[in-house]
Amino acid sequence: MPTKSIHDIAASFSRRGVLAATAGLMLGLASISGAKAADDTIKVGVLHSLSGTMAISETTLKDTILFLIDEQNKKGGVLGKKLEAVVVDPASNWPLFAEKARELITKDKVAVVFGCWTSVSRKSVLPVFKELNNILFYPVQYEGEESERNVFYTGAAPNQQAIPAVDYLMKEEKVKRWVLAGTDYVYPRTTNKILEAYLKSKGVAQEDIMINYTPFGHSDWQTIVADIKKFGSAGKKTAVVSTINGDANVPFYKELGNQGIKAKDIPVVAFSVGEEELAGIDTKPLVGHLAAWNYFESIKTPANEKFIKDWQAYTKNPKRTTNDPMEAHVIGFNMWVKAVEKVKSTDPDKVIDALPGIEAANLTGGTSKMLPNHHITKPVFIGEIKGNGQFDVVWKTPGLVAGDAWSKELDGSKDLIGDWVGKKCGNFNTKTNKCLGSGS
Amino acid sequence: MTPHMLTRSLDRGATIFVMVVAACGVLIPLSNLLLPAGSVLQVPTYLVALWGKYVCYAILALSIDLIWGYCGILSLGHGAFFALGGYAMGMYLMRQIGTRGVYGNPVLPDFMVFLNWQKLPWYWHGFDMFWFAALMVLFVPGLLAFCFGWLAFRSRVTGVYLSIITQAMTYALLLAFFRNDFGFGGNNGLTDFKDILGFNVQAEGTRAALFALSCLALILSFLICRSVVSSKLGKVLIAIRDAESRSRFLGYRVESYKLFVFTLSACMAGVAGALYVPQVGIINPSEFAPGNSIEAVIWVAVGGRGTLIGAALGAIVVNYAKTFFTSGVLAPYWLFMLGALFILVTLLLPKGIVGTFNAWREASRERRPAAASVAAEDGITEPKMAE
Amino acid sequence: MPTNLSARLSTFVLSLFLIAFALPAFAGPFEDAVAKFANDDFSDTDEAIGVVASSGNKLAFPIINALQEGRLMADPDSKKVYVTGTDGKSIDAATGESVASVPDSASAVRLNNRLRRSVDAALGSLTLQSPDLGTRLQAAQSVFKSHEETALEPVESALAKETNRSVKAVLGEARAAILLFKSDATEVQKLEAVATIKARGDQEALALLSDIGSDQPASVTKAATSAISSIQNSLAVWSMVQNAWYGLSLGSVLLLAAIGLAITFGVMGVINMAHGEMVMIGAYTTFAVQEVIRTRYPALFDYSLLIAVPLAFLVAGAIGVLIERSIIRFLYGRPLETLLATWGLSLVLQQAVRTMFGPTNREVGNPSWMSGAFELGQITITYNRLWILCFTLAVFVILLAMLRYTALGLEMRAVTQNRRMAASMGIATSRVDALTFGLGSGIAGIAGVALSQIDNVSPNLGQSYIIDSFMVVVFGGVGNLWGTLVGAFTLGIANKFLEPVAGAVLGKIAILVLIILFIQKRPRGLFALKGRAVEA
Repeated sequence: MPTKSIHDIAASFSRRGVLAATAGLMLGLASISGAKAADDTIKVGVLHSLSGTMAISETTLKDTILFLIDEQNKKGGVLGKKLEAVVVDPASNWPLFAEKARELITKDKVAVVFGCWTSVSRKSVLPVFKELNNILFYPVQYEGEESERNVFYTGAAPNQQAIPAVDYLMKEEKVKRWVLAGTDYVYPRTTNKILEAYLKSKGVAQEDIMINYTPFGHSDWQTIVADIKKFGSAGKKTAVVSTINGDANVPFYKELGNQGIKAKDIPVVAFSVGEEELAGIDTKPLVGHLAAWNYFESIKTPANEKFIKDWQAYTKNPKRTTNDPMEAHVIGFNMWVKAVEKVKSTDPDKVIDALPGIEAANLTGGTSKMLPNHHITKPVFIGEIKGNGQFDVVWKTPGLVAGDAWSKELDGSKDLIGDWVGKKCGNFNTKTNKCLGSGS
Repeated sequence: MTPHMLTRSLDRGATIFVMVVAACGVLIPLSNLLLPAGSVLQVPTYLVALWGKYVCYAILALSIDLIWGYCGILSLGHGAFFALGGYAMGMYLMRQIGTRGVYGNPVLPDFMVFLNWQKLPWYWHGFDMFWFAALMVLFVPGLLAFCFGWLAFRSRVTGVYLSIITQAMTYALLLAFFRNDFGFGGNNGLTDFKDILGFNVQAEGTRAALFALSCLALILSFLICRSVVSSKLGKVLIAIRDAESRSRFLGYRVESYKLFVFTLSACMAGVAGALYVPQVGIINPSEFAPGNSIEAVIWVAVGGRGTLIGAALGAIVVNYAKTFFTSGVLAPYWLFMLGALFILVTLLLPKGIVGTFNAWREASRERRPAAASVAAEDGITEPKMAE
Repeated sequence: MPTNLSARLSTFVLSLFLIAFALPAFAGPFEDAVAKFANDDFSDTDEAIGVVASSGNKLAFPIINALQEGRLMADPDSKKVYVTGTDGKSIDAATGESVASVPDSASAVRLNNRLRRSVDAALGSLTLQSPDLGTRLQAAQSVFKSHEETALEPVESALAKETNRSVKAVLGEARAAILLFKSDATEVQKLEAVATIKARGDQEALALLSDIGSDQPASVTKAATSAISSIQNSLAVWSMVQNAWYGLSLGSVLLLAAIGLAITFGVMGVINMAHGEMVMIGAYTTFAVQEVIRTRYPALFDYSLLIAVPLAFLVAGAIGVLIERSIIRFLYGRPLETLLATWGLSLVLQQAVRTMFGPTNREVGNPSWMSGAFELGQITITYNRLWILCFTLAVFVILLAMLRYTALGLEMRAVTQNRRMAASMGIATSRVDALTFGLGSGIAGIAGVALSQIDNVSPNLGQSYIIDSFMVVVFGGVGNLWGTLVGAFTLGIANKFLEPVAGAVLGKIAILVLIILFIQKRPRGLFALKGRAVEA
């Protein structure tokens, strides 16, 4: 009979006790919120998971931002103030992302946030950034179909990664039959939708496209690899376009290697496999499989070589790799610094207005530009996996490709554009000349 | 709930709990809205949202304590009911977006336009009406719990087996909701909400109101739980917890009691989820993750199993610790702290915070002869067997 | 296999070198073609391969072989091309004269997939008469795949000389493939070719037959169509066998992950949420062992797993005993509290590994005997899966024997059946508990060694197996190893037969629902322990 003992606790309290307890709680609450931003530094929020399933990818990006801040401070900071990183751990938990974003903006009063990896984490923090009017730099290749005033997308949109890769396979490898294999979430779904539409527009028949989705962290690839083998034996040159995410890649590639699917027979082009992922696999059986990115560690330019050297010195690890999302953060960070210096303020409204048009050197020898749709221009490279876990660039676009916020291949979005300069709208319908939804 | 039941269930500890929650539910929103920003006593909006989330977790913890603490049903899948309630509310909120979605489609949510769906799937109909969604918040988790419980309790699946199959249930739902073909937005879930009952979900007033509502729901859930456990029904439940076979031999329909309390608990979890979603702004399949459900059980254990107040307290303490440890210099080490907290609590405070506190009070009372008569009756029946 | 093959190839190369040196070089299109390798342009390289391969020059093989192995160096400045031998000595590719050293500005000629295919085709016809059996077989296979008309003559002359039956068969198939696509082959030849390829009966035969195009005589098209459907029918049967094999393999992985849990769970009734982390520790032990071997004793690499198995058992087992002594011991009689404590522990262990080894995947290599695959009929069996299956069964048998024939096993069984009675008979139940927990954890560690061969070695490794492991144990019945065995293989095979029909995700959901329903029918699993003890 629990009632009696609870009774006992009650005996120690009086009515006044209730009031006191409540007041105490309130004071406690107020004091948590009391932390004020110091005036002599500019705070930069870092919102990357350091634990949980996404830590594997995101931890490096946290280090990248800390490294960039360190470098910037060596140069004297921004506007005469030092930058100060505020690191939080959203622990691969999507509601926690929103909570931490709110905390960074309201409590720590950061001027800008660099963060997120998965689409869902971005979707989770979006309302927070809109409500509290702050800036998010998002560094990962994603499905597109979004252009928000408060977000700057420095990763690749589908037209900066997927479509050039397919073009390459069609032209260079004469691929006629396609397996679109992905993890079942929004990025692969959308990318595959776009690719399917694109392939059909190039005259590929429905029966020559196989689409396959697997759950996150899928580890038993025997059946699917065998299916791919079977699909590839119909007499036409076959390739796999892989949007398989994260951890599932290692067992997938191990199975490919072991079942003897060689790149020269059925090449696999991946959009989520970079140097970091390959570090966990013996790449010798995988030589010749492809990846499409906007940056590879192996690209030889003075800027890249210096970056790699400084990065390895900073992390005190001479083997530490670099990858595409890191470069996206480098570009994004430099763009933000330039914009802040241009308007001489960290006020988000001013910086948001100043960012489109800002240019920053990328690490592959070009200059990327922030576009009015908050995406950037990037070169596209196709790299072949080498035996040492690096990539050998076999093809690149002649110039930089502008990121499309809205895919031209999908019915729902082909008339939409994002334009935060002229139209002040993220989803402007060029047919009806209207800004859809609550765009502004 | 008859007035008689109410008074009997409200002893002084419970009264204090109810009053503290009620005071918070009134004062925090008022302080947030009325006091000027920056004032010492003003509670900033982000804390209102944060504490609103904790309160929802507290309701979930209560619902788990009701079945685990009083009936010995250890559900490792209660997060599923929470998430289902959340999805029902999320669907209502999605329908409220109307033409303000990025594609401006008046009927279809954005993710459906995105994936070229032509028309609204049948199970999305009706969710544009609040009353229907509110009904579903109770009905869907309740129905699932009823079916699941009907099967499981009738076949006398107990103990670890029950725990594991509840885990299987939430895991299966997790996988199902991850599928984009399922029509619930896949991994991204439902997000980008605009209005609830015509009020902007991001407005301070709405947040304050939602917080107050959550507190009200916590109080109501608490009262319901109290009245259940302090009624005759509650005594049978405890009997089932402590000796299931014996209760059955005494002529009680054990499975009916279990089924009732399990379904009730699922409905409460659903309500918690429904209040959680507008405050957090997103519902996605990761809420179904078995780890989340296990964590919710741990809140109850930390606070004190079979104490109700402890469950609510445990949820708030653990989540506050999580918020606290995941920022600042401790961020890389917070899992150590959280893990250590779980280990230490189980080793040093096996009855949880409130349970230990009760035992300590009782022990000190026993030393005082005046209170001897009160202590004569054993307060919290110590669970004899864990399942 | 690949290493072997390349070793044989290089000896073959060496012998060809000797011939090459003896012959004077002659000027002409060959030299021009060789110079094209220095252009660093894929189409130029492709052209050069074609010219060099058909030149009949004795240097053709060394050049193309070097190209395949990344030993063909080109200097973009002087347009000179060099072949670096496996022994480190270099020759000028155009003349065959040996050179002292390759200039620093030279780099290996790059390849892409299209070129790799050209190289394979070229090497195929060049090595058809290699003295080495494996090389000949490989060459015949690649000619079959590329089936270029130019290869017809070499194939026919090789066929005439070939004595080995299996090489002869493949050569025959290669000849058939070439003829089938040769526009001026007679109808009779083509019909024969279809029959030969039909007899081969595998997916590549299917690919070839599906690709013949519409400009064939009607009778050939008809024969091909019927051949295709007959191959498809036989492949459909084989695919059932294949599914069964995949199911066995998945089942063995599940069994391996679950077997340690079956012990701790069965004997002690502890829901050990840190079980997955023990698997992870085993995998990281493998990584550490390989790291030491890579830096210190590279020759031992193939034995790394044999060294890792006992080490992983000891490391994970020791940690298990430590956990039991420091945490679980205090929670006897309160098994559900151990769930909470071990969940906390799993968080700590995960983060500890993340701090020590970093959050990213670690590379654990496959030893050569666990790489690759072999064909059994029309199915592919990968060595790593086969070894894991054997290994799992071995672990199972040893464990079973241990439980049956050792004193500790007897004590463990006694404690499982009736803890209090066992205690009354003088068994130190707490010692048995500690050792049991250690044993269960150690076996989880061993599982980690095996799983490191097919999965990520990351801090999240354990998390992905924990739920499946619980399902297997509960499905099979707690406290019975045979139940775990049958449970694991049943779930594995059911999963693999559902997967092609329903897809990976729906298949898995269906399995979970089936487990839930099954538990309703048999609330204590497939093989339930009988008696009073189970009610406790």
